[in-house]
Amino acid sequence: MNTLTRNVECEHTEHGPARGLSRWFFTTNHKDIGTLYLWFSFLMFLTGGCMALMIRAELFQPGLQLIQPDFFNQMTTMHGLIMVFGAVMPAFVGLANWMLPLMVGAPDMALPRMNNWSFWILPFAFAMMISTLFMEGGGPNFGWTFYAPLSTTYAPPSVTFFIFAVHMMGISSIMGAINVIATILNMRAPGMTMMKLPLFVWTWLITAFLLIAVMPVLAGVVTMMLMDIHFGTSFFNAAGGGDPVLFQHIFWFFGHPEVYIMILPAFGIVSEIIPTFARKRLFGYASMVYATASIAFLSFIVWAHHMFTVGLPLMGEIFFMFATMLIAVPTGVKVFNWIATMFRGSMTFETPMLFSLAFVVLFTIGGFSGLMLAIAPADFQYHDTYFVVAHFHYVLVPGAVFAIMAGVYYWLPKWTGNYYNETLGKWHFWCSFIGVNLTFFPMHFIGLAGMPRRIPDYALQFADFNMVASIGAFIFGFSQLIFLVLVIKTIRGGDRAPAQVWDQPQGLEWTVPSPAPYHTFAEPPEVK
Amino acid sequence: MSQSAYYVPAQSRWPIYASVALFLMAYGAAHLINGLADQGGGLGLSLLLAGTFCMAMILIGWFGNVISESRGGLYNAQMDRSFRWGMSWFIFSEIMFFAAFFGALFYVRTLAVPWLGGEGEKGVSQLLWPGFEAQWPLLTTPDMKQFPGSDGVINPWHLPLLNTAILVTSSFTLTFAHHALKLDNRPRTILWLGTTILLGVVFLLFQLSEYVEAYQELGLTLNSGIYGATFFMLTGFHGLHVTLGTLMLIIIWLRVLSGHFSPKHHFGFEATAWYWHFVDVVWIGLFIFVYVF
Repeated sequence: MNTLTRNVECEHTEHGPARGLSRWFFTTNHKDIGTLYLWFSFLMFLTGGCMALMIRAELFQPGLQLIQPDFFNQMTTMHGLIMVFGAVMPAFVGLANWMLPLMVGAPDMALPRMNNWSFWILPFAFAMMISTLFMEGGGPNFGWTFYAPLSTTYAPPSVTFFIFAVHMMGISSIMGAINVIATILNMRAPGMTMMKLPLFVWTWLITAFLLIAVMPVLAGVVTMMLMDIHFGTSFFNAAGGGDPVLFQHIFWFFGHPEVYIMILPAFGIVSEIIPTFARKRLFGYASMVYATASIAFLSFIVWAHHMFTVGLPLMGEIFFMFATMLIAVPTGVKVFNWIATMFRGSMTFETPMLFSLAFVVLFTIGGFSGLMLAIAPADFQYHDTYFVVAHFHYVLVPGAVFAIMAGVYYWLPKWTGNYYNETLGKWHFWCSFIGVNLTFFPMHFIGLAGMPRRIPDYALQFADFNMVASIGAFIFGFSQLIFLVLVIKTIRGGDRAPAQVWDQPQGLEWTVPSPAPYHTFAEPPEVK
Repeated sequence: MSQSAYYVPAQSRWPIYASVALFLMAYGAAHLINGLADQGGGLGLSLLLAGTFCMAMILIGWFGNVISESRGGLYNAQMDRSFRWGMSWFIFSEIMFFAAFFGALFYVRTLAVPWLGGEGEKGVSQLLWPGFEAQWPLLTTPDMKQFPGSDGVINPWHLPLLNTAILVTSSFTLTFAHHALKLDNRPRTILWLGTTILLGVVFLLFQLSEYVEAYQELGLTLNSGIYGATFFMLTGFHGLHVTLGTLMLIIIWLRVLSGHFSPKHHFGFEATAWYWHFVDVVWIGLFIFVYVF
């Protein structure tokens, strides 16, 4: 009895995907949409990566060599925006699309047509945003945080297009998040109680809540910008009684939960992978759930730690400093649990595990530098230097991006039915690992020594470390081509993967064949 | 046909058409707004109108699909819960959108404007605009050339009070309609729902006349400083939401007229009612924090 594929107009039963391009344009299948998200994200990753390489090429030596300062600013801005909204977030949504229904035993996402809409808004939004680079006056050049008045009074005319592109991304994210929440709360198979949910599902549930809570705030702040620029309001202009700092408050009320949106699903992925390759159950499941929820809660009351130097009242500095430091507690619980999971496990080191291990170590470095930045009096020294750049790249690249890579390697055999080439995977890992550390570790030093961020030129004493960072960036960038080749090769063939793929992994996704059939769990499985 | 299975729709053309329409709307709007200064942007206007028209057609078609699937009995109880979760979280996202503007209002009132007036330990603002005095509502801005301030603000105890009564009443009439629908009393459902729509339209007309008064008699405009900015953005977005809510109610009314909904299954009605109550609650917040205090 197959009631799943029945359609109002036509009663014929479909078993597989439609042929040709229409499959991708009109699909309502969570696996297809997951694939679309992941490929789009990779394309954006390469685009944003090329911009990063332009930045690093210019910074290879002091002085101005390759690009003009204004174009440099456009590159830093677009690199940040594309990586945050185009690469990292869609990659997690892609993984969620593929894996959540499989993990909770659902036939699809809760609202499949809206799911497709969430995806297809994105290519249009990014086309519009990237097209600003070719407009008169150039693209956005005010940094990915688009602080007023740089983004209002002094912005290029293309800022209007940027604002509407952000609106479109926000609509897409909110609909995607609503779908995720509805799927997790409503589509679980019988017996799949909340405290049996895989951690990737739990972290995504909380991430989706964060998205729905803060993306509308981002929409609000860009709307205020639009009104200030074109319709004479004075939200961010003190001459009318407003305040440029108001922009920063609203932006970071969105922005700080946003950085957890980009890391909580990563925590979930790593919490799936480490138990599999340590061949032990995850240590402290319940504490992982509560730690994730605590981090999400705290993310709403720490935003002004991005603004220690704008002239906050003393009580504000102190409150936001201590609230920020509190985040180290649940994060510490997580790192402890990952290590305790590995303790005395029978460990093997396949590529997903290598990326996960690198995640634990390097994300923790990023966490520690975050703790340093949280100290308000010390932040006056670090603020707007390369130390900040080093910090957030450590949590985002070997943090979020490595976790995404780990997840792709971990589930690729499930998606394609083929094992990837382990040798190529290890090459990809080691090149990335070395490249990332060469790029971002020296930035700690030049930052502490005072090199400001977002400047195309620098003083002579920073030259050596900048050269090292640039070499590392090119190693990291080009090693992603290994990944591309590996994924294409795996799709086209390779050793056949059985349903379980790995050595007795936990979870419903391993009970369906590899590759996962187009429709899974038409009849919900029974979870004991 | 089993009611137990969750309905997974087949391929659909609506989402990607809607993406194209949304793109046309966004691109057109940006083009239009950028052209406002130099009287250009004719292309923008046509794109915006074309996109809006397409979007309206698409939404009619898409919702039409959903309605016929629902009436065809394809949706089970679990599907119903998905819609409920979806609508609840959508309304939550709307609450957060308004929260951004309320947050801006509270921030400028309690912190930014007093600081501009020299309060607190910072006080540097007195170097920029000496003599500026903090007050709320802010009728005199620091720089009266750029932001000319206003002669007064809307009296909360006239139209706004009346509007409050209208919206609160409309929430009651909508609940009466809901009870009538549950009792399968269609004439009463139609009557109360129609009353609710009427109240919504009257509210919007009063808001419009209030805006005319603000612009023509009080000189209270978007450009008159932070009071005008927060006033018009908060009430304006609320007004847009009332407009959308009224449109939703009209559609529901038409559906009741053509015999849709049963006493047990009428989530389209309920979702619209939730939305209407949400808009009502936002108004109470506006009345208290924008008009009265």
